[in-house]
Amino acid sequence: MNVRTQRRIFKPLVFLISLSPFFWLAYAIFSDTTMGTQYLTTDPVQKLDRELGDWTLIFIILSLAVRPAADLLKRNEFINYRRMIGLFALFYAVLHVTSYQVFHLKLDVVAFFKDIAERPFITVGMIAFIALIPLGITSTKGMIRRLGKKWRKLHMLVYPIAILGVVHFYMMIRADFSRPYIYGAIILLLLGYRVWKNRQRNRPRPAAAAAA
Amino acid sequence: MLIRIRKASDPKASEIASKDAILNRRAFMQAAAAASGVALLPMFANDARAGMKIENVMKTKWGAEEKPTTLKGISSYNNFYEFGTGKEDPAANAHTLKPEPWTVEIAGAAKNTGKFAYEDVIKGNQLEERIYRMRCVEAWSMVIPWVGVPLASIIKKAEPSSNAKYVRFETLVDPKTMPGQRSRALDWPYVEGLRMDEAMHPLTILAVGIHGEVLPNQCGAPIRLVVPWKYGFKSIKSIVKIEFVEKEPVNTWQDQAASEYGFYSNVNPNRDHPRWSQKKERRLTGEGGLAALFAPSIDTMMFNGYAEEVAGLYSGMDLQKNF
Repeated sequence: MNVRTQRRIFKPLVFLISLSPFFWLAYAIFSDTTMGTQYLTTDPVQKLDRELGDWTLIFIILSLAVRPAADLLKRNEFINYRRMIGLFALFYAVLHVTSYQVFHLKLDVVAFFKDIAERPFITVGMIAFIALIPLGITSTKGMIRRLGKKWRKLHMLVYPIAILGVVHFYMMIRADFSRPYIYGAIILLLLGYRVWKNRQRNRPRPAAAAAA
Repeated sequence: MLIRIRKASDPKASEIASKDAILNRRAFMQAAAAASGVALLPMFANDARAGMKIENVMKTKWGAEEKPTTLKGISSYNNFYEFGTGKEDPAANAHTLKPEPWTVEIAGAAKNTGKFAYEDVIKGNQLEERIYRMRCVEAWSMVIPWVGVPLASIIKKAEPSSNAKYVRFETLVDPKTMPGQRSRALDWPYVEGLRMDEAMHPLTILAVGIHGEVLPNQCGAPIRLVVPWKYGFKSIKSIVKIEFVEKEPVNTWQDQAASEYGFYSNVNPNRDHPRWSQKKERRLTGEGGLAALFAPSIDTMMFNGYAEEVAGLYSGMDLQKNF
Protein backbone atom coordinates (compact mmCIF):
# COMPACT_ATOMS: atom_id res chain seq x y z
CA MET A 1 0.00 0.00 0.00
CA ASN A 2 1.53 3.29 -1.03
CA VAL A 3 1.33 6.49 0.93
CA ARG A 4 -1.16 8.07 -1.46
CA THR A 5 -3.83 5.33 -1.11
CA GLN A 6 -3.35 5.52 2.59
CA ARG A 7 -4.02 9.22 2.65
CA ARG A 8 -6.87 9.13 0.15
CA ILE A 9 -8.78 6.10 1.40
CA PHE A 10 -7.79 5.00 4.87
CA LYS A 11 -7.56 8.35 6.61
CA PRO A 12 -11.13 9.38 5.73
CA LEU A 13 -12.26 5.86 6.56
CA VAL A 14 -10.73 5.89 10.03
CA PHE A 15 -12.13 9.40 10.47
CA LEU A 16 -15.68 8.30 9.64
CA ILE A 17 -15.48 5.16 11.76
CA SER A 18 -14.27 7.26 14.69
CA LEU A 19 -17.19 9.63 14.20
CA SER A 20 -19.78 6.84 14.01
CA PRO A 21 -20.51 6.80 17.78
CA PHE A 22 -21.21 10.53 17.52
CA PHE A 23 -23.51 10.05 14.54
CA TRP A 24 -25.26 7.20 16.31
CA LEU A 25 -25.89 9.26 19.46
CA ALA A 26 -27.08 12.24 17.41
CA TYR A 27 -29.45 9.96 15.50
CA ALA A 28 -30.66 8.40 18.77
CA ILE A 29 -31.55 11.84 20.15
CA PHE A 30 -33.30 12.74 16.89
CA SER A 31 -35.23 9.48 16.76
CA ASP A 32 -36.19 9.54 20.45
CA THR A 33 -37.45 13.10 19.99
CA THR A 34 -39.40 12.68 16.77
CA MET A 35 -40.37 9.01 16.70
CA GLY A 36 -40.73 8.16 20.37
CA THR A 37 -38.05 5.46 20.30
CA GLN A 38 -36.08 5.02 23.52
CA TYR A 39 -32.57 4.37 22.24
CA LEU A 40 -31.26 6.58 25.04
CA THR A 41 -33.58 5.01 27.64
CA THR A 42 -36.08 6.76 29.87
CA ASP A 43 -33.18 8.80 31.28
CA PRO A 44 -31.22 10.19 28.30
CA VAL A 45 -29.32 12.65 30.50
CA GLN A 46 -27.57 9.81 32.28
CA LYS A 47 -27.32 7.54 29.24
CA LEU A 48 -25.65 10.24 27.14
CA ASP A 49 -23.14 10.98 29.94
CA ARG A 50 -22.25 7.31 30.23
CA GLU A 51 -22.00 6.70 26.49
CA LEU A 52 -19.73 9.70 25.89
CA GLY A 53 -17.54 8.80 28.86
CA ASP A 54 -17.29 5.26 27.59
CA TRP A 55 -16.24 6.35 24.09
CA THR A 56 -13.63 8.69 25.57
CA LEU A 57 -12.01 5.77 27.40
CA ILE A 58 -12.25 3.52 24.37
CA PHE A 59 -10.48 6.06 22.14
CA ILE A 60 -7.77 6.68 24.74
CA ILE A 61 -7.16 2.92 24.88
CA LEU A 62 -7.18 2.69 21.08
CA SER A 63 -4.60 5.48 20.82
CA LEU A 64 -2.39 3.60 23.30
CA ALA A 65 -2.79 0.38 21.32
CA VAL A 66 -1.58 1.84 18.02
CA ARG A 67 2.15 1.43 18.73
CA PRO A 68 1.94 -2.19 20.00
CA ALA A 69 -0.32 -3.09 17.06
CA ALA A 70 2.11 -1.52 14.59
CA ASP A 71 5.01 -3.43 16.16
CA LEU A 72 3.24 -6.77 16.35
CA LEU A 73 1.83 -6.62 12.82
CA LYS A 74 4.99 -4.93 11.50
CA ARG A 75 2.96 -2.14 9.97
CA ASN A 76 4.62 1.10 10.88
CA GLU A 77 2.11 3.12 8.84
CA PHE A 78 -0.43 2.58 11.66
CA ILE A 79 1.38 5.37 13.49
CA ASN A 80 -0.03 7.80 10.91
CA TYR A 81 -3.49 7.32 12.44
CA ARG A 82 -2.50 7.74 16.06
CA ARG A 83 -2.89 11.50 16.23
CA MET A 84 -6.39 11.30 14.75
CA ILE A 85 -7.45 8.63 17.22
CA GLY A 86 -6.00 10.60 20.12
CA LEU A 87 -7.82 13.73 19.00
CA PHE A 88 -11.06 11.75 18.86
CA ALA A 89 -10.49 10.78 22.50
CA LEU A 90 -10.31 14.52 23.25
CA PHE A 91 -13.39 15.13 21.07
CA TYR A 92 -15.49 12.63 23.04
CA ALA A 93 -14.06 13.92 26.34
CA VAL A 94 -15.16 17.47 25.44
CA LEU A 95 -18.64 16.19 24.55
CA HIS A 96 -18.74 14.17 27.79
CA VAL A 97 -17.93 17.20 29.95
CA THR A 98 -20.24 19.44 27.89
CA SER A 99 -23.16 17.01 28.16
CA TYR A 100 -22.56 16.83 31.90
CA GLN A 101 -22.63 20.62 32.22
CA VAL A 102 -25.51 21.31 29.88
CA PHE A 103 -27.91 18.41 30.42
CA HIS A 104 -26.98 17.19 33.87
CA LEU A 105 -26.24 20.47 35.66
CA LYS A 106 -28.34 22.72 33.39
CA LEU A 107 -25.34 25.07 33.09
CA ASP A 108 -25.31 25.72 36.83
CA VAL A 109 -21.70 26.92 37.15
CA VAL A 110 -21.74 26.97 40.96
CA ALA A 111 -22.92 23.36 41.05
CA PHE A 112 -20.19 22.45 38.57
CA PHE A 113 -17.37 23.84 40.72
CA LYS A 114 -18.99 22.40 43.84
CA ASP A 115 -19.03 19.01 42.16
CA ILE A 116 -15.35 19.28 41.23
CA ALA A 117 -14.47 20.27 44.78
CA GLU A 118 -16.70 17.86 46.67
CA ARG A 119 -17.22 14.75 44.57
CA PRO A 120 -13.97 12.82 44.34
CA PHE A 121 -14.96 10.91 41.19
CA ILE A 122 -15.63 14.20 39.41
CA THR A 123 -12.39 15.71 40.74
CA VAL A 124 -10.48 12.77 39.28
CA GLY A 125 -12.37 12.98 36.00
CA MET A 126 -11.70 16.70 35.66
CA ILE A 127 -7.97 16.29 36.34
CA ALA A 128 -7.84 13.69 33.57
CA PHE A 129 -9.80 15.97 31.23
CA ILE A 130 -7.67 19.05 31.88
CA ALA A 131 -4.48 17.03 31.41
CA LEU A 132 -5.77 15.81 28.06
CA ILE A 133 -6.09 19.35 26.64
CA PRO A 134 -2.34 20.19 26.30
CA LEU A 135 -1.84 16.87 24.56
CA GLY A 136 -4.41 17.91 21.98
CA ILE A 137 -2.87 21.37 21.56
CA THR A 138 0.63 19.95 21.06
CA SER A 139 -0.45 17.34 18.53
CA THR A 140 0.33 19.47 15.45
CA LYS A 141 3.43 18.84 13.33
CA GLY A 142 4.78 22.28 14.21
CA MET A 143 4.47 21.60 17.92
CA ILE A 144 6.08 18.19 17.62
CA ARG A 145 9.05 19.84 15.88
CA ARG A 146 9.27 22.69 18.32
CA LEU A 147 9.09 20.53 21.45
CA GLY A 148 11.56 17.92 20.20
CA LYS A 149 12.41 15.41 22.89
CA LYS A 150 10.09 17.11 25.38
CA TRP A 151 7.12 16.19 23.18
CA ARG A 152 7.59 12.49 23.81
CA LYS A 153 7.84 13.04 27.55
CA LEU A 154 4.73 15.24 27.56
CA HIS A 155 2.72 12.71 25.63
CA MET A 156 3.64 9.94 28.05
CA LEU A 157 1.02 11.74 30.20
CA VAL A 158 -1.62 9.81 28.33
CA TYR A 159 -0.88 6.75 30.51
CA PRO A 160 -1.68 8.44 33.83
CA ILE A 161 -4.65 10.13 32.12
CA ALA A 162 -5.98 6.76 30.99
CA ILE A 163 -5.58 5.37 34.50
CA LEU A 164 -7.33 8.41 36.04
CA GLY A 165 -10.14 7.95 33.53
CA VAL A 166 -10.67 4.35 34.62
CA VAL A 167 -10.45 5.32 38.31
CA HIS A 168 -13.12 7.98 37.61
CA PHE A 169 -15.30 5.29 36.01
CA TYR A 170 -14.68 2.85 38.87
CA MET A 171 -15.53 5.42 41.54
CA MET A 172 -18.82 6.30 39.89
CA ILE A 173 -20.20 2.77 39.85
CA ARG A 174 -22.30 1.26 42.64
CA ALA A 175 -21.82 -2.42 41.84
CA ASP A 176 -20.49 -4.68 39.10
CA PHE A 177 -17.05 -3.32 38.39
CA SER A 178 -16.33 -5.61 35.44
CA ARG A 179 -16.04 -2.86 32.81
CA PRO A 180 -13.56 -0.62 34.67
CA TYR A 181 -11.59 -3.75 35.57
CA ILE A 182 -11.38 -4.77 31.92
CA TYR A 183 -10.40 -1.26 30.78
CA GLY A 184 -7.86 -1.05 33.61
CA ALA A 185 -6.33 -4.43 32.73
CA ILE A 186 -5.94 -3.44 29.07
CA ILE A 187 -4.28 -0.14 30.01
CA LEU A 188 -1.85 -1.86 32.38
CA LEU A 189 -1.00 -4.38 29.66
CA LEU A 190 -0.32 -1.57 27.18
CA LEU A 191 1.71 0.29 29.79
CA GLY A 192 3.69 -2.90 30.48
CA TYR A 193 4.47 -3.21 26.78
CA ARG A 194 5.66 0.39 26.67
CA VAL A 195 7.93 -0.05 29.69
CA TRP A 196 9.35 -3.27 28.25
CA LYS A 197 10.00 -1.60 24.91
CA ASN A 198 11.71 1.40 26.47
CA ARG A 199 14.03 -0.95 28.39
CA GLN A 200 14.86 -2.80 25.19
CA ARG A 201 15.70 0.44 23.47
CA ASN A 202 17.88 1.77 26.30
CA ARG A 203 19.82 -1.45 26.80
CA PRO A 204 23.24 -1.39 25.10
CA ARG A 205 23.41 -3.89 22.27
CA PRO A 206 25.27 -7.06 23.29
CA ALA A 207 27.15 -7.14 19.94
CA ALA A 208 28.34 -3.58 20.35
CA ALA A 209 29.40 -4.29 23.92
CA ALA A 210 31.43 -7.34 22.83
CA ALA A 211 33.19 -5.38 20.10
CA ALA A 212 34.25 -2.78 22.66
CA MET B 1 -65.53 -5.83 45.72
CA LEU B 2 -64.05 -6.99 48.99
CA ILE B 3 -62.44 -10.36 48.82
CA ARG B 4 -62.76 -12.67 51.78
CA ILE B 5 -59.75 -13.68 53.82
CA ARG B 6 -59.15 -17.34 53.28
CA LYS B 7 -59.42 -19.63 56.29
CA ALA B 8 -57.97 -23.11 56.46
CA SER B 9 -61.45 -24.54 56.04
CA ASP B 10 -62.15 -22.49 52.93
CA PRO B 11 -61.99 -24.08 49.52
CA LYS B 12 -58.66 -23.91 47.78
CA ALA B 13 -57.97 -21.13 45.35
CA SER B 14 -58.10 -23.59 42.48
CA GLU B 15 -61.71 -24.43 43.38
CA ILE B 16 -62.95 -20.90 43.67
CA ALA B 17 -60.72 -19.07 41.27
CA SER B 18 -63.47 -18.40 38.77
CA LYS B 19 -65.48 -16.46 41.32
CA ASP B 20 -62.76 -15.06 43.39
CA ALA B 21 -59.78 -14.42 41.20
CA ILE B 22 -58.31 -11.04 41.84
CA LEU B 23 -56.61 -10.71 38.52
CA ASN B 24 -58.63 -10.86 35.38
CA ARG B 25 -57.98 -14.23 33.87
CA ARG B 26 -61.33 -14.85 32.29
CA ALA B 27 -60.07 -15.15 28.75
CA PHE B 28 -57.45 -17.62 29.83
CA MET B 29 -59.70 -19.56 32.05
CA GLN B 30 -62.08 -20.43 29.29
CA ALA B 31 -59.27 -22.05 27.38
CA ALA B 32 -57.61 -23.41 30.49
CA ALA B 33 -60.78 -24.88 31.93
CA ALA B 34 -61.37 -26.78 28.74
CA ALA B 35 -57.96 -28.34 29.02
CA SER B 36 -58.19 -29.31 32.65
CA GLY B 37 -60.43 -28.88 35.62
CA VAL B 38 -57.71 -28.78 38.21
CA ALA B 39 -55.13 -26.35 39.48
CA LEU B 40 -56.21 -23.30 37.56
CA LEU B 41 -53.72 -20.94 39.12
CA PRO B 42 -50.49 -22.47 37.93
CA MET B 43 -51.85 -22.89 34.45
CA PHE B 44 -51.47 -19.36 33.29
CA ALA B 45 -48.50 -19.35 31.02
CA ASN B 46 -46.00 -16.79 32.23
CA ASP B 47 -45.42 -15.42 28.76
CA ALA B 48 -49.12 -14.69 28.40
CA ARG B 49 -49.24 -13.00 31.78
CA ALA B 50 -47.59 -9.78 30.69
CA GLY B 51 -49.98 -6.91 30.15
CA MET B 52 -52.97 -8.60 31.82
CA LYS B 53 -55.43 -6.04 33.17
CA ILE B 54 -56.36 -6.01 36.82
CA GLU B 55 -60.00 -5.41 37.61
CA ASN B 56 -61.83 -3.96 40.59
CA VAL B 57 -59.16 -1.44 41.48
CA MET B 58 -60.28 1.35 43.77
CA LYS B 59 -59.04 4.85 42.96
CA THR B 60 -57.49 6.73 45.89
CA LYS B 61 -56.60 10.34 46.58
CA TRP B 62 -52.88 9.64 46.31
CA GLY B 63 -51.12 11.36 43.48
CA ALA B 64 -54.26 12.51 41.71
CA GLU B 65 -52.44 15.74 40.80
CA GLU B 66 -49.33 14.00 39.43
CA LYS B 67 -48.67 13.08 35.81
CA PRO B 68 -47.64 9.43 35.79
CA THR B 69 -44.57 8.24 33.91
CA THR B 70 -45.58 6.14 30.90
CA LEU B 71 -45.74 2.36 31.28
CA LYS B 72 -43.01 2.05 28.66
CA GLY B 73 -40.86 4.53 30.55
CA ILE B 74 -41.33 2.69 33.84
CA SER B 75 -40.84 -0.79 32.44
CA SER B 76 -37.77 -0.11 30.28
CA TYR B 77 -35.52 1.57 32.87
CA ASN B 78 -35.02 -0.48 36.02
CA ASN B 79 -32.53 -1.24 38.73
CA PHE B 80 -33.05 -4.96 39.27
CA TYR B 81 -29.57 -6.48 39.49
CA GLU B 82 -31.02 -10.00 39.49
CA PHE B 83 -31.36 -9.43 35.74
CA GLY B 84 -28.17 -7.44 35.15
CA THR B 85 -26.65 -4.23 36.42
CA GLY B 86 -27.50 -2.06 33.41
CA LYS B 87 -30.73 -0.06 33.46
CA GLU B 88 -31.93 -1.75 30.29
CA ASP B 89 -30.91 -5.27 31.35
CA PRO B 90 -34.03 -6.13 33.38
CA ALA B 91 -36.39 -5.32 30.49
CA ALA B 92 -34.23 -7.43 28.19
CA ASN B 93 -33.68 -10.39 30.53
CA ALA B 94 -36.62 -10.64 32.94
CA HIS B 95 -38.78 -12.69 30.57
CA THR B 96 -37.20 -15.80 32.12
CA LEU B 97 -38.77 -15.08 35.52
CA LYS B 98 -41.79 -17.24 36.30
CA PRO B 99 -44.13 -15.17 38.48
CA GLU B 100 -46.81 -17.86 38.48
CA PRO B 101 -47.11 -19.91 40.57
CA TRP B 102 -45.41 -17.85 43.26
CA THR B 103 -45.03 -18.70 46.91
CA VAL B 104 -44.43 -16.19 49.67
CA GLU B 105 -43.27 -17.43 53.03
CA ILE B 106 -44.51 -15.57 56.09
CA ALA B 107 -42.06 -16.38 58.85
CA GLY B 108 -40.64 -15.36 62.21
CA ALA B 109 -42.31 -13.89 65.25
CA ALA B 110 -45.97 -14.22 64.23
CA LYS B 111 -48.90 -16.54 64.80
CA ASN B 112 -49.94 -17.23 61.23
CA THR B 113 -46.74 -18.25 59.50
CA GLY B 114 -46.38 -20.58 56.55
CA LYS B 115 -46.06 -20.63 52.79
CA PHE B 116 -48.80 -19.09 50.72
CA ALA B 117 -49.60 -18.50 47.08
CA TYR B 118 -49.04 -14.79 46.58
CA GLU B 119 -52.69 -14.36 45.57
CA ASP B 120 -53.65 -15.71 48.98
CA VAL B 121 -51.34 -13.26 50.73
CA ILE B 122 -53.24 -10.29 49.34
CA LYS B 123 -56.65 -11.91 49.24
CA GLY B 124 -59.31 -10.26 51.32
CA ASN B 125 -58.06 -6.80 50.54
CA GLN B 126 -59.47 -4.21 48.21
CA LEU B 127 -56.91 -3.54 45.48
CA GLU B 128 -56.13 0.16 45.42
CA GLU B 129 -54.48 2.46 42.92
CA ARG B 130 -51.79 4.53 44.60
CA ILE B 131 -50.05 7.07 42.40
CA TYR B 132 -46.75 7.61 44.19
CA ARG B 133 -43.58 9.51 43.44
CA MET B 134 -40.62 7.14 43.27
CA ARG B 135 -37.26 8.74 44.03
CA CYS B 136 -34.21 6.66 43.17
CA VAL B 137 -31.08 7.17 45.26
CA GLU B 138 -29.34 7.93 41.94
CA ALA B 139 -31.18 11.29 41.74
CA TRP B 140 -33.86 10.44 39.20
CA SER B 141 -37.54 9.98 39.89
CA MET B 142 -40.76 8.77 38.34
CA VAL B 143 -44.46 8.93 39.14
CA ILE B 144 -45.86 5.41 39.29
CA PRO B 145 -49.52 4.40 39.47
CA TRP B 146 -49.25 1.24 41.56
CA VAL B 147 -51.95 -1.31 42.13
CA GLY B 148 -51.64 -2.91 45.52
CA VAL B 149 -52.85 -3.44 49.05
CA PRO B 150 -51.72 -1.92 52.35
CA LEU B 151 -48.94 -3.99 53.89
CA ALA B 152 -50.52 -3.27 57.29
CA SER B 153 -53.50 -5.52 56.61
CA ILE B 154 -51.22 -8.41 55.61
CA ILE B 155 -49.19 -7.91 58.76
CA LYS B 156 -52.35 -7.85 60.89
CA LYS B 157 -53.48 -11.10 59.30
CA ALA B 158 -50.16 -12.71 60.27
CA GLU B 159 -50.65 -11.60 63.89
CA PRO B 160 -47.04 -10.77 64.78
CA SER B 161 -45.95 -11.19 68.41
CA SER B 162 -44.46 -8.49 70.63
CA ASN B 163 -40.99 -9.68 69.56
CA ALA B 164 -41.66 -8.51 66.01
CA LYS B 165 -39.85 -5.17 65.95
CA TYR B 166 -38.87 -5.21 62.29
CA VAL B 167 -40.05 -6.80 59.06
CA ARG B 168 -37.42 -8.38 56.85
CA PHE B 169 -38.05 -9.08 53.16
CA GLU B 170 -36.23 -11.33 50.71
CA THR B 171 -36.23 -11.50 46.94
CA LEU B 172 -36.18 -14.82 45.10
CA VAL B 173 -32.82 -16.51 44.53
CA ASP B 174 -32.90 -18.54 41.34
CA PRO B 175 -29.93 -18.14 39.01
CA LYS B 176 -31.79 -20.22 36.41
CA THR B 177 -34.49 -17.62 35.94
CA MET B 178 -32.53 -14.64 37.29
CA PRO B 179 -29.40 -14.55 35.12
CA GLY B 180 -27.87 -11.62 37.02
CA GLN B 181 -27.49 -13.92 40.02
CA ARG B 182 -24.96 -16.05 38.16
CA SER B 183 -22.41 -13.40 39.07
CA ARG B 184 -21.94 -11.89 42.49
CA ALA B 185 -22.87 -8.31 41.64
CA LEU B 186 -24.61 -8.31 45.03
CA ASP B 187 -24.75 -10.75 47.92
CA TRP B 188 -27.95 -12.68 47.06
CA PRO B 189 -30.67 -12.82 48.17
CA TYR B 190 -31.56 -9.14 48.03
CA VAL B 191 -32.72 -8.20 51.50
CA GLU B 192 -34.67 -5.21 52.73
CA GLY B 193 -36.25 -4.27 56.03
CA LEU B 194 -38.62 -1.85 57.68
CA ARG B 195 -39.24 -0.91 61.27
CA MET B 196 -42.65 -2.24 62.36
CA ASP B 197 -44.25 1.22 62.45
CA GLU B 198 -42.93 1.96 58.95
CA ALA B 199 -44.28 -1.35 57.68
CA MET B 200 -47.65 -0.65 59.30
CA HIS B 201 -47.87 2.87 57.91
CA PRO B 202 -50.89 3.34 55.63
CA LEU B 203 -48.66 4.61 52.78
CA THR B 204 -46.70 1.33 52.67
CA ILE B 205 -48.13 -1.15 50.18
CA LEU B 206 -47.45 -4.48 48.57
CA ALA B 207 -47.92 -3.85 44.86
CA VAL B 208 -49.04 -6.37 42.24
CA GLY B 209 -49.59 -3.98 39.33
CA ILE B 210 -48.63 -0.80 37.49
CA HIS B 211 -50.90 1.30 35.26
CA GLY B 212 -53.77 -1.13 35.87
CA GLU B 213 -51.81 -4.14 34.59
CA VAL B 214 -50.03 -6.95 36.42
CA LEU B 215 -46.44 -5.99 37.31
CA PRO B 216 -44.07 -6.49 34.41
CA ASN B 217 -41.40 -9.01 35.45
CA GLN B 218 -38.69 -6.34 35.39
CA CYS B 219 -40.68 -4.25 37.87
CA GLY B 220 -40.70 -6.99 40.51
CA ALA B 221 -43.46 -9.41 39.52
CA PRO B 222 -45.57 -10.78 40.92
CA ILE B 223 -45.45 -8.94 44.25
CA ARG B 224 -43.21 -6.19 45.60
CA LEU B 225 -42.95 -3.62 48.33
CA VAL B 226 -43.54 0.11 47.77
CA VAL B 227 -42.45 2.62 50.42
CA PRO B 228 -42.82 5.99 48.71
CA TRP B 229 -40.95 8.18 51.21
CA LYS B 230 -37.77 6.10 50.97
CA TYR B 231 -35.24 5.75 48.16
CA GLY B 232 -36.37 3.27 45.54
CA PHE B 233 -34.02 0.46 46.53
CA LYS B 234 -35.99 0.01 49.78
CA SER B 235 -38.99 -1.10 47.72
CA ILE B 236 -37.84 -4.69 47.29
CA LYS B 237 -39.03 -6.65 44.26
CA SER B 238 -40.26 -10.20 43.61
CA ILE B 239 -40.69 -11.01 47.30
CA VAL B 240 -40.54 -14.64 48.46
CA LYS B 241 -40.18 -14.12 52.19
CA ILE B 242 -41.65 -11.75 54.76
CA GLU B 243 -40.17 -12.33 58.18
CA PHE B 244 -40.94 -10.73 61.53
CA VAL B 245 -37.70 -10.20 63.44
CA GLU B 246 -36.49 -8.58 66.63
CA LYS B 247 -33.23 -7.04 65.37
CA GLU B 248 -32.78 -4.43 62.67
CA PRO B 249 -32.12 -6.35 59.44
CA VAL B 250 -29.02 -5.54 57.40
CA ASN B 251 -30.38 -4.56 54.03
CA THR B 252 -28.41 -5.42 50.89
CA TRP B 253 -27.16 -1.92 50.00
CA GLN B 254 -26.13 -1.21 53.58
CA ASP B 255 -24.20 -4.47 53.48
CA GLN B 256 -22.64 -3.43 50.17
CA ALA B 257 -21.56 0.07 51.27
CA ALA B 258 -22.56 1.05 54.82
CA SER B 259 -21.08 4.55 54.47
CA GLU B 260 -23.35 5.28 51.50
CA TYR B 261 -26.61 3.48 52.24
CA GLY B 262 -28.24 3.21 55.64
CA PHE B 263 -31.10 1.17 57.00
CA TYR B 264 -33.64 3.99 56.88
CA SER B 265 -32.75 5.51 53.50
CA ASN B 266 -35.48 8.11 53.77
CA VAL B 267 -35.49 10.57 50.90
CA ASN B 268 -33.62 13.54 52.33
CA PRO B 269 -32.38 16.50 50.23
CA ASN B 270 -30.30 17.68 53.21
CA ARG B 271 -28.13 14.62 53.34
CA ASP B 272 -26.06 14.11 50.21
CA HIS B 273 -24.88 10.76 49.02
CA PRO B 274 -21.08 10.80 49.43
CA ARG B 275 -20.69 10.80 45.66
CA TRP B 276 -23.52 13.04 44.53
CA SER B 277 -26.00 15.66 45.69
CA GLN B 278 -29.53 14.64 46.69
CA LYS B 279 -30.93 18.17 46.50
CA LYS B 280 -32.41 17.82 43.05
CA GLU B 281 -33.80 15.10 40.86
CA ARG B 282 -34.53 14.41 37.22
CA ARG B 283 -38.23 13.63 36.82
CA LEU B 284 -38.49 10.96 34.14
CA THR B 285 -41.81 11.23 32.35
CA GLY B 286 -41.28 8.55 29.74
CA GLU B 287 -40.78 11.15 27.05
CA GLY B 288 -37.20 10.83 25.83
CA GLY B 289 -35.04 12.81 23.43
CA LEU B 290 -34.59 16.56 23.64
CA ALA B 291 -37.60 17.04 25.94
CA ALA B 292 -35.90 14.90 28.57
CA LEU B 293 -32.43 16.31 27.92
CA PHE B 294 -33.59 19.88 28.46
CA ALA B 295 -36.20 19.26 31.17
CA PRO B 296 -35.29 21.32 34.24
CA SER B 297 -34.33 19.38 37.37
CA ILE B 298 -36.79 19.62 40.23
CA ASP B 299 -36.11 20.05 43.94
CA THR B 300 -36.15 16.86 45.96
CA MET B 301 -38.60 17.05 48.85
CA MET B 302 -38.07 15.86 52.41
CA PHE B 303 -39.49 12.33 52.71
CA ASN B 304 -40.18 12.61 48.97
CA GLY B 305 -43.05 15.00 49.72
CA TYR B 306 -44.74 12.68 52.22
CA ALA B 307 -43.42 14.51 55.32
CA GLU B 308 -46.91 15.37 56.51
CA GLU B 309 -47.74 11.67 56.71
CA VAL B 310 -44.46 10.15 57.90
CA ALA B 311 -42.27 12.77 59.62
CA GLY B 312 -43.82 11.73 62.95
CA LEU B 313 -42.24 8.29 62.63
CA TYR B 314 -38.82 9.87 63.03
CA SER B 315 -39.42 12.63 65.58
CA GLY B 316 -36.42 13.04 67.86
CA MET B 317 -34.16 11.03 65.55
CA ASP B 318 -30.99 12.52 64.04
CA LEU B 319 -31.61 11.92 60.35
CA GLN B 320 -28.00 12.76 59.46
CA LYS B 321 -26.86 9.81 61.53
CA ASN B 322 -29.84 7.57 60.86
CA PHE B 323 -29.72 7.98 57.09
